[in-house]
Amino acid sequence: MIHLSHVSKSYKTSTRPALDDVSVEVDKGEFAFLIGPSGSGKSTFLRLLLREDAPEKGEISVAGSDLTKIRRSKVPGHRRRLGCVFQDFRLLTNKTVSQNVGFALEVLGRPRAVIKRVVPEVLELVGLEGKSNRLPHELSGGEQQRVAIARAFVNRPLLLLADEPTGNLDPDTSADIMLLLERINRTGTTVLMATHDNAIVDSMRRRVIELQLGKLVRDEDRGVYGVGR
Amino acid sequence: MRGGYVFSEVLTGLRRNITMTIAMILTTAISLGLLGGGILVARMTSHAQQLYGDKVQVDVYLTPEVSANDPDCRDVCLTLKDSMQNNPDIASVEYHSQEDAYNEYKERFAGQKEMLDIVRKEALSAFLRVRLKDPAKISIISEQYSGKPGVRSVSDQRELLNRVFSVLNGVRNATLAIALVQAIAALLLISNMVQIAAFTRRTETSIMRLVGASRWRTQLPFVIEAVVAGVIGAVLAVGGLIAAKVWFVDKSLSSVMATGVLPPITANDMLIVAPILIGSGIVLAAVSAYLTLRAYVRT
Repeated sequence: MIHLSHVSKSYKTSTRPALDDVSVEVDKGEFAFLIGPSGSGKSTFLRLLLREDAPEKGEISVAGSDLTKIRRSKVPGHRRRLGCVFQDFRLLTNKTVSQNVGFALEVLGRPRAVIKRVVPEVLELVGLEGKSNRLPHELSGGEQQRVAIARAFVNRPLLLLADEPTGNLDPDTSADIMLLLERINRTGTTVLMATHDNAIVDSMRRRVIELQLGKLVRDEDRGVYGVGR
Repeated sequence: MRGGYVFSEVLTGLRRNITMTIAMILTTAISLGLLGGGILVARMTSHAQQLYGDKVQVDVYLTPEVSANDPDCRDVCLTLKDSMQNNPDIASVEYHSQEDAYNEYKERFAGQKEMLDIVRKEALSAFLRVRLKDPAKISIISEQYSGKPGVRSVSDQRELLNRVFSVLNGVRNATLAIALVQAIAALLLISNMVQIAAFTRRTETSIMRLVGASRWRTQLPFVIEAVVAGVIGAVLAVGGLIAAKVWFVDKSLSSVMATGVLPPITANDMLIVAPILIGSGIVLAAVSAYLTLRAYVRT
C-alpha cells in the first residue's frame, strides 16, 4: 500500500534534511502509528504520501501510484484514493455537517442521488446521525473530528492518513476517535496515523514507525510509544 | 462536477467581494460602452461614405458667356459634353441650362422672397452634372476639365465630405483609445478581484485540493465569477448605448439625420454591437482571470 525506498527530502529553510534516507513498507489493511517528537519528519512523511511535495531522492509509491513519476494532472486522481484527517479538522465553516461530507463526493462529480444516499450512511457509521444539519462551530471538537473522518472515509479510500487526529481532543474523546479509526481499519482500509500521544499508542499495541531528526529509528510490530524511556 | 454547486459558490464569491465586484463591473461597462460607441461611429462613417458615394456628382459650371450664348448646348458646351460622354470613368452627363439653374434656384428658395430678389437669371451659370462610375475617382473631373475652354469652375464636394469624415474618424479613434485605457483598468481590476477572491477562499481551496479536486475544479468558480461580472458589465454597456441613442443621439441629432447628412443609428446597428460587447466582456474577464490564477495563485 505504501512503499518508500531511500527517500530524502529537505526544505530550503533548514540545513538538516526533514527526511533522511527513509525506507518503509506498509501493507494493505495494516494499522500503523508514525511517531516521533515535533520536527522529526512526520508531517513531511504524510505530505509526501499526499504528493503535496516531491522527494529529492528515493522512490515512493502509494496505493499503486508511483509518486516519483506521477504527472501533475494525475495528482488529484491520486488524492481521491486517499482520505486525510488533521489535528485542526479542516472543515468548511460555512457548510453543514452533511455538506462537508458530501463535498468530497461533490468534487468527484458523484450524482446527487448517490450523495443523498451515502452521506447519511457514513454519518451513522461515525455516530453523527441527527446532526447532519449542524454547522461545524455548533459541534464539539470530537464531533468535528468525526465529521472530518466521515469526509475522509466517504469515498471508501484505500488508505486513510491521519495527522495528529487526537491532538486537540481530551483523552476520552480521543479514545472514541481511536475506536472509530479501528472500525474503519476493519473494513479493510489501511490506516497510517501520525501522533505523539503515548497513551494511545501504548493502549493500541499496533505497528509503530518512529522517526527522529528525519531518520527512521524504529519499526516494530505491536509496539509501544517509548521503549526504555 | 455539478453546475448548481459551482454556481452557488460563484454567487457567494461575488457577494463576499461586493465593492470590488461593483468597481470591476462599472469599469468593464465603461470600457465596453466606449468600445461599442467607437464601433457605432465607425459603422456610421462607413454608412455615410456609402450614402454619399451613391450620390456623388460633380457640377462643371460653364462661363457666363457660354451660359448666355449657348443655351441649348450646341457649341463649346457640346464639345465638353461629348468629351465627357466618351470618358470611360464617367457614367452620365446631364446638361442644365441657365434657365434650368434658375428654376432649380427658385425651387430651392421658394417662399424666401429676399433670396429670389437678389439673383437674376443671368447671374447663374449653366452646368454639366456628371455622375461617376467610381465615386472614389471624383478628383479626375477637376483635374481633367477645369481650365478647359468654356469651363468656369468645377464644384468639389470632396473637401466638405472629407471634413465630415475626418471629424467622425477622430471621434471614433478617441473613443477607441479611451476604451483601450479603460480596458486595461478593467483587466487589472479583474485580476485584483480574482486574487482577493482566491485569497479569501484559500482554506476552502486547499481542502478541495486535499480531497482530490482538480485544478480546474478549484479555479473554475473564480473564472466564472469574473465572467459573470464581465457579462453584467457588458449588459450595462449595451443598456447605456441604447439609452444614449434614444435620449441623446435620436433627439439632438434628429434634424441632421432627417436631412440625410448623417445616417441614423439603427436597431440593426445595436443588434450587431451588443453581441460583440458581450463576447468581449466574456473574453476579457475569462482571459484575465485565467492568467491571474496561473501567475499568482498556487493551489
